[in-house]
Amino acid sequence: MLSNLVINYEEAVAIVLFGIGFTTLLFQRNLVRKLIGMNIMDTGTFLFLASMGFINGRKAPIVVNGVQDTAAYINPIPASLVLTGIVVSVSVTAIMLSLTVRLYHRYHTLQLDDIYVLSKHQTEDR
Amino acid sequence: MSNKFAKFRNWLAGDYDPLKNVLDTDETVSDSREEIKKENRKIISEVDAEGSTRRLEKAEQRGFDLVYRVIAIVSCLLLIGVLLFTVALLPRYGVENPESTTVVKRYVESGLQETGAINIVAGIILDYRAFDTLGESHVLFTALICVTILLRADSKNLRTKYEDFYTIKQVKYHDLNKDKIINRVGMILVPCIFVFGIYVLLNGQNGPGGGFSGGSVMGAGLIIGTAAFGYEKMDRFISTKTAMWITFISLAFYSFAKGYVFFTGANGLDNHIPKGIPGAILSGGLILPLDIAVGMVVACTMYGFYNLFRRGRT
Amino acid sequence: MALTDVVKIILLVLLVVCAIAVNFTKTLLQAVIVFMSYSSVMCIIWVLMESPDLAITEAAVGAGISGVLFLLTLRRIRSEDDRREEERRASGKSDKDEPDGGKFESR
Repeated sequence: MLSNLVINYEEAVAIVLFGIGFTTLLFQRNLVRKLIGMNIMDTGTFLFLASMGFINGRKAPIVVNGVQDTAAYINPIPASLVLTGIVVSVSVTAIMLSLTVRLYHRYHTLQLDDIYVLSKHQTEDR
Repeated sequence: MSNKFAKFRNWLAGDYDPLKNVLDTDETVSDSREEIKKENRKIISEVDAEGSTRRLEKAEQRGFDLVYRVIAIVSCLLLIGVLLFTVALLPRYGVENPESTTVVKRYVESGLQETGAINIVAGIILDYRAFDTLGESHVLFTALICVTILLRADSKNLRTKYEDFYTIKQVKYHDLNKDKIINRVGMILVPCIFVFGIYVLLNGQNGPGGGFSGGSVMGAGLIIGTAAFGYEKMDRFISTKTAMWITFISLAFYSFAKGYVFFTGANGLDNHIPKGIPGAILSGGLILPLDIAVGMVVACTMYGFYNLFRRGRT
Repeated sequence: MALTDVVKIILLVLLVVCAIAVNFTKTLLQAVIVFMSYSSVMCIIWVLMESPDLAITEAAVGAGISGVLFLLTLRRIRSEDDRREEERRASGKSDKDEPDGGKFESR
């Protein structure tokens, strides 16, 4: 069972990155560091997906010299799924960062505990 | 001679800053922000003092921080262990599992004839699975709308009791075109980045690249251009209103063009779009116009994000 | 083991080190710079995995646009040293302890 992990070591590293990113997202108290953790989690998932399509010794899926054999190219499907994912990840980061900016302008702090305490004490807004 | 050495020695000792009024490194702290921060700190310390019978003492709180970190590291290792165990049990794929390679055979072996694209990945995302790309462009557009709602500096967003109006107003107008380094570097780099972006965009079906890659590079070129040349010059090149119109028209064009192809394909008709010679730029049927549409959406969305974060207008 | 395997393993270890280092930096600016270097290393790994489309997109988007958005956020909030803030909260200092009465941010 462990031999699977040693052969596909990129998968194992992708899972480790996912775990580190998820822990950063959960346990850090600063909002910007949480977002960096979310980005690390996203890229770990993309590495896991794209490592499924990689085959040792074959080339990138661009047809050269008319060779259209399946045994000459890597699997192109996971790469196309990840390409969409990278751009979606930056969109989500942009929305989260704008929420952080608005939270900072309202509470003047980036620590989550302080925001929680202040939000209970300052309830009127205009 | 001694004058020059005196200046050099002073600069080494830190007394004299030759770039003082040239670069944008001034940091001004506003007073009202400090007052609001002090008030907040007072409230937090009061609440801490009130609830100290329910919460931990200050000395114990330092211990709580340490325990928190240890628990975080332990739970991280546990999570990684569980996931690794699960991944090791996944079924094998590839040559040993021939059911998972039927789709790949079809895509690779008849990709060039059916789509006309040399780059198989571009053929997949813009011909076989073009519906996913349409959804993804809509995601980008929706993200731009959300960031506009949150960050645009208009009367509703600025008139609250606790928001720091002074800070928000001050953020808007910091223009970097007095900075000589980035101006000169920008004059050399920005045309090169644009040419490279257009090259990657137009050759999406003949080599690596395509809509997303070319659009991202062009978006990055627009951002550097705005930082290097200032807002007025960039507004003359592409104004923000133009960018929003380009986004909307590209997305609508993609929807209608691909809708036409879906309609004819689902009813078994032949859509009369020529495939061209593989290897030329005008080839691949609809792949080139759709590439351009996706690239425009991505570039204008990135430019819109930058402008919203910087100055509060789209 | 071919040369590309060795390079790939070294780069993957560097990725994990960068990901851990984000938690332990002192200021937010350092964390964002480490994140941008993480993105650049990821771009090279995409090249070694024979996907050039992903490499171009990751280089432009990860280190370029996402990093710039983080830096713009830091500029808009003009963040101070958050570690210093945490220590101050943890040790229970109030504004009266500082010699200047909490008026100026001491660097």
